[in-house]
Amino acid sequence: MTSGYHARVISVLPTVLTIVALLGTTWAVMLMVRKTPLLPPTALSWGLVGLLTLLELGLLVQAIIGIVQLAGTDRQLSGVTFVGYLVAPVLILPVAFVWGASDRSRWSGGVVLVACMSVPVMIVRMQQIWAGHG
Amino acid sequence: MGDARTRTGPGRLLIAVYGIFALAATSRSAVQIATRFDEAPVAYLLSALAAVVYVLATVALALSSRTSRKVALVACTVELVGVVTVGAVSLLVPQAFPDATVWSTFGIGYGFIPLVLPVLGLWWIKKTS
Repeated sequence: MTSGYHARVISVLPTVLTIVALLGTTWAVMLMVRKTPLLPPTALSWGLVGLLTLLELGLLVQAIIGIVQLAGTDRQLSGVTFVGYLVAPVLILPVAFVWGASDRSRWSGGVVLVACMSVPVMIVRMQQIWAGHG
Repeated sequence: MGDARTRTGPGRLLIAVYGIFALAATSRSAVQIATRFDEAPVAYLLSALAAVVYVLATVALALSSRTSRKVALVACTVELVGVVTVGAVSLLVPQAFPDATVWSTFGIGYGFIPLVLPVLGLWWIKKTS
């Protein structure tokens, strides 16, 4: 059944995205420790860009699957909040990257660090709402 | 160049955290007021106040002008007073808050970050002045 398939996708993907976000957090800390700003580009900052791109794409897929799931369910959920937690990380990451990259000190990566840390929190909240504990 | 300092260095990280809280508090408050304002009007109005304070602090710290420094100072002070007052009242008179706000129990639902944030904000404004 397609709904069963989607149910599995929506539970595996958030776990993978949580891991990628935590990797992003670690990478951002590494940049800060080595006093490397996001720009000018270095091997280290390109690595973070790759990881963030992967995370962003994954979050986008998660948002689409989640919204489709929500449209297909007849359960009582706080739909607006659910969509909020799906869409917010998709918007936060690029904004954080631009705002972080415009700084050329070690704190440049700090902005990305904060954004990456917020992703697992929003994923957990999204899942709580889906499970009906929101 | 003293005017640009609240948004440089560690200020960037602080503003990032403020930005996320501004977004979270604004969204939460908007949903609460739009969907179930009658259930807990006091709590939801406080949520809205918290949202305004976080947005003000974020923008003011990021603008880093002389005027915005004053705005940030006021916003962080209101935030500190708010989190301590609401935190205490929510513990002593729990029935006053039928639904949680960002500041309930000193921000326990947000890992006590709402309690730490204004202290860091005020310290940062003082340090960069």
